[in-house]
Amino acid sequence: MKGLKIVVLAKQVPDTRNVGKDAMKADGTVNRAALPAIFNPEDLNALEQALRLKDTIEGTTVHVLTMGPGRAAEIIREAMYRGADGGYLLSDRAFAGSDTLATSYALSCALRNLEYDLIICGRQAIDGDTAQVGPQVAEKLALPQVTYAEDIQKCDGKIVTIKRRLERGIEVVTCPMPCVVTVNGSAAPCRPRNARFVMKYKNAKGTQEAQDANEDYFALVNERPYLKLTEWSVNDIQSNPADLGLSGSPTKVKNIESVVFQAKEAKVLSGTDAELDAMMKELITNHTIG
Amino acid sequence: MANFYTDNEDLKFHLGHPLMQKIVALKERNFKDAGKCEIAPRDFEDAMDNYDRVLEIVGDICGNVLAENAESVDHEGPEVIDGRVKYAAGTQQNHDILTQAGLYGMSLPREYDGLNFPMVPYVMAAELVSRGDGGFANIWGLQDCAETIHEFASEEQKRQYLPRAAKGDTYAMDLTEPDAGSDLQSVQLKATYCEKDGKWYLNGVKRFITNGDAHISLVLARSEEGTHDGRGLSMFIYDKANGGMTVRRIENKLGIKGSPTCELVFKDAPAELVGERKLGLIKYVMSLMNGARLGVGAQSVGIAEAAYREGLKYAQERRQFGKAIIEFPAVYEMLTNMEAKLQAARSVLYETSRFVDMYKAYTHIANERALNKEEREEMKKYQKLADIFTPLLKLFSSEYANEIAYDALQIHGGSGFMKDYPIERLVRDARITNIYEGTSQLQVVAAIRGVTTGQFLKQIREEYEQTSIRPEQEYVREILKGMTGAFEAAVTKVTAVGESEYVDFHARRLVEMAGYIILGYLLLIDSQRCDRFAKSAEIFVKYGQAKVAGYAAFINDFELKDLGMYKK
Ligand SMILES: Cc1cc2nc3c(=O)[nH]c(=O)nc-3n(C[C@H](O)[C@H](O)[C@H](O)COP(=O)(O)OP(=O)(O)OC[C@H]3O[C@@H](n4cnc5c(N)ncnc54)[C@H](O)[C@@H]3O)c2cc1C
Ligand SMILES: Cc1cc2nc3c(=O)[nH]c(=O)nc-3n(C[C@H](O)[C@H](O)[C@H](O)COP(=O)(O)OP(=O)(O)OC[C@H]3O[C@@H](n4cnc5c(N)ncnc54)[C@H](O)[C@@H]3O)c2cc1C
Repeated sequence: MKGLKIVVLAKQVPDTRNVGKDAMKADGTVNRAALPAIFNPEDLNALEQALRLKDTIEGTTVHVLTMGPGRAAEIIREAMYRGADGGYLLSDRAFAGSDTLATSYALSCALRNLEYDLIICGRQAIDGDTAQVGPQVAEKLALPQVTYAEDIQKCDGKIVTIKRRLERGIEVVTCPMPCVVTVNGSAAPCRPRNARFVMKYKNAKGTQEAQDANEDYFALVNERPYLKLTEWSVNDIQSNPADLGLSGSPTKVKNIESVVFQAKEAKVLSGTDAELDAMMKELITNHTIG
Repeated sequence: MANFYTDNEDLKFHLGHPLMQKIVALKERNFKDAGKCEIAPRDFEDAMDNYDRVLEIVGDICGNVLAENAESVDHEGPEVIDGRVKYAAGTQQNHDILTQAGLYGMSLPREYDGLNFPMVPYVMAAELVSRGDGGFANIWGLQDCAETIHEFASEEQKRQYLPRAAKGDTYAMDLTEPDAGSDLQSVQLKATYCEKDGKWYLNGVKRFITNGDAHISLVLARSEEGTHDGRGLSMFIYDKANGGMTVRRIENKLGIKGSPTCELVFKDAPAELVGERKLGLIKYVMSLMNGARLGVGAQSVGIAEAAYREGLKYAQERRQFGKAIIEFPAVYEMLTNMEAKLQAARSVLYETSRFVDMYKAYTHIANERALNKEEREEMKKYQKLADIFTPLLKLFSSEYANEIAYDALQIHGGSGFMKDYPIERLVRDARITNIYEGTSQLQVVAAIRGVTTGQFLKQIREEYEQTSIRPEQEYVREILKGMTGAFEAAVTKVTAVGESEYVDFHARRLVEMAGYIILGYLLLIDSQRCDRFAKSAEIFVKYGQAKVAGYAAFINDFELKDLGMYKK
């Protein structure tokens, strides 16, 4: 079997898992400056699935496609530190303000520039939490999709066998390729950054980042072309401008409320078995647990 | 999301020591590989940036994987199945992740798939691993064996056995036997040369071997029939893939329970000679042990760091008599002393690592070209320093790891005695550090030479005492000068008698006196580069001053005839 061409869709997101007091601005939007930018967690699970295929199927390549500002090139480096071959940063003011529809449109246009046997992405991003981009990309490219994937078990180049994690159990499906796979957080965690790859790729930069680079960087890129990360602007993809960015985004945020959790009620139990039993039943019925 | 490297500023401080400039230039042969190899650093800053980034990976894995697994590993431990060792699940995961991260073979040259890191960042990684899981530090740290293969084996052996480190193969050092522990000259395991196939075969038993079921083992064996001492011993590489060795049992231990301690049976196990016959103990094992002792130093500091943090956290949270217990003098004194000891131990750890780096770099360069006179002298100077500082480091750091863990448990009160808190494991794990790789008593045997030959005194007077110190800290140096005078007088008194048993009797006291002075100076010198250490320097020096005065008084009042009272 010949090697696969895999594209992983990954996003740089504000780390909303450990939010402090200043996580939200007064106007109710996310204060991105106060939150560290990280690799979206489930995209790391997706990358791991891709890298496992690369480990087992000789000649397989893994590239990351990410849309974001110039500094989102960090996502490509982070992926390369873990074993990805390279990546593409889709970055332009024209993409600013994209909702899931405009994002999946831009990504699908970029994907038309690429060859692929598999497109793997995370189930959802921790900032938007919609889980829509992967499935929308599949629809736009008219590809079959497998969501909630936990393990890509087998792949013969034409058909992939995938274990899905569903609410009430697991399901194993097969799917013809090329296809889009969205990976669940319950999948294997991503491998660590590798020391050699970090030393090799630490100076890699996207076009916008390179604007601030010194002569040393350009001398180095001459010797090592892989240190220049591919960056695409709106002119590098074929698209309908009206479907991009804000104008391509039908989602309108009407109002954001900052909800402060306050536990006011308290119950005191004396600890008899019967009481505990009743409490367990209550919590299960109202879905607090279970 | 703990990162054990970035959450401890002291590490970056030690990594940034001024001597690193020279160490890195030597290790990288003035950056000659820069254009040829894509992971070779281009200059000093580039190299330091590499170390920093790689240590960040180490710190991440140690904080988020090793430390998380430590409890289950301690509980589950390894087992023997059909003569082979199976690690606890957490141990296996630790090993796999560190392999994926490319963190084996760190100090080996790049041509053998190593990272070509100097000892300083490598030892720092060892400290981090130990803070995550003191027992696992053994399995990871046995990559030291590869360093010995690199130093003494043939080119062919190097090509065969070194790149396997990066692939995740593990190592073991098989020295100890039931009747040969501290006294390795009595090793019995037999190595016989077979004329027919030109191979060596091993027969016999090894005991207490950490990770004994490793892929690649260095075995000390008696190759010269009829001999009874160290000169009849040679060193061999044994590859498990060739068969002939089984694990008879693993020990049930007090601590480092995740680290399998094996009894091994060799039956006609084929092996390869390393270097020359008869040099096994006197040359190769000495080097192997020195590397391993540095490793135990790192392990001790790592465990001590973990224990100190547990003690501090508990003391801040626990309230009695209406306040946090950290507000009681008895508790805060303990914590402050623990911190000073920890920082002192770390200072001597990296000082020793730098000495080892310097002489090792020159040793390897000497294999490539002739050294000039100045270089030869530097090599000798640092080799001598490494030889006496290594046992001093192992003695102090391992004893301090125990003391710090003991006090941290004490701070936990009754809770410390329970399995609910990590501190009881840390106390158990610390306990091995002053036993293996030579007990503390044997470190004294090795370090006393530095006392009697005046080498410690020379380093103190000619190096440390000459460092420029801020005027407001001058009084600390004055205390250290006073301690040095007392030390010198005690040495003179003890050696003047001309009785070796008398010297042996006081040896530990003398070595400790030297240690208090040296560790005190190191902290004082560190505080010139960074204010944070000024407090610990003063506290440690005053603590040492009291110890040295006590020992001096004891020795002063002690006559040769008093030895009789102690004899059993
Ligand atoms: C968990 C564990 C892991 C180990 N891993 C390895 C390994 O990987 N490879 C390996 O080869 N070995 C290993 N060892 C063996 C270890 O190095 C020895 O246990 C150690 O050297 C002490 O030897 P011994 O146990 O025979 O004690 P002994 O030598 O019998 O010592 C007993 C006591 O006598 C004292 N003593 C002995 N001689 C002197 C002297 N000349 N002066 C003063 N005091 C003296 C010692 O200090 C000690 O207090 C391991 C041991 C343990 C417990
Ligand atoms: C195995 C075991 C059996 C036990 N059995 C019994 C039993 O049968 N009956 C019973 O009643 N209790 C029992 N205990 C409880 C035991 O007496 C307490 O654990 C002990 O008194 C310490 O109290 P603590 O654990 O709350 O520690 P803490 O009081 O929280 O002490 C924590 C630390 O703070 C220090 N500290 C606290 N106050 C001060 C102060 N004022 N000045 C200086 N330092 C201070 C302590 O020295 C210690 O280092 C048992 C405990 C254990 C572990």
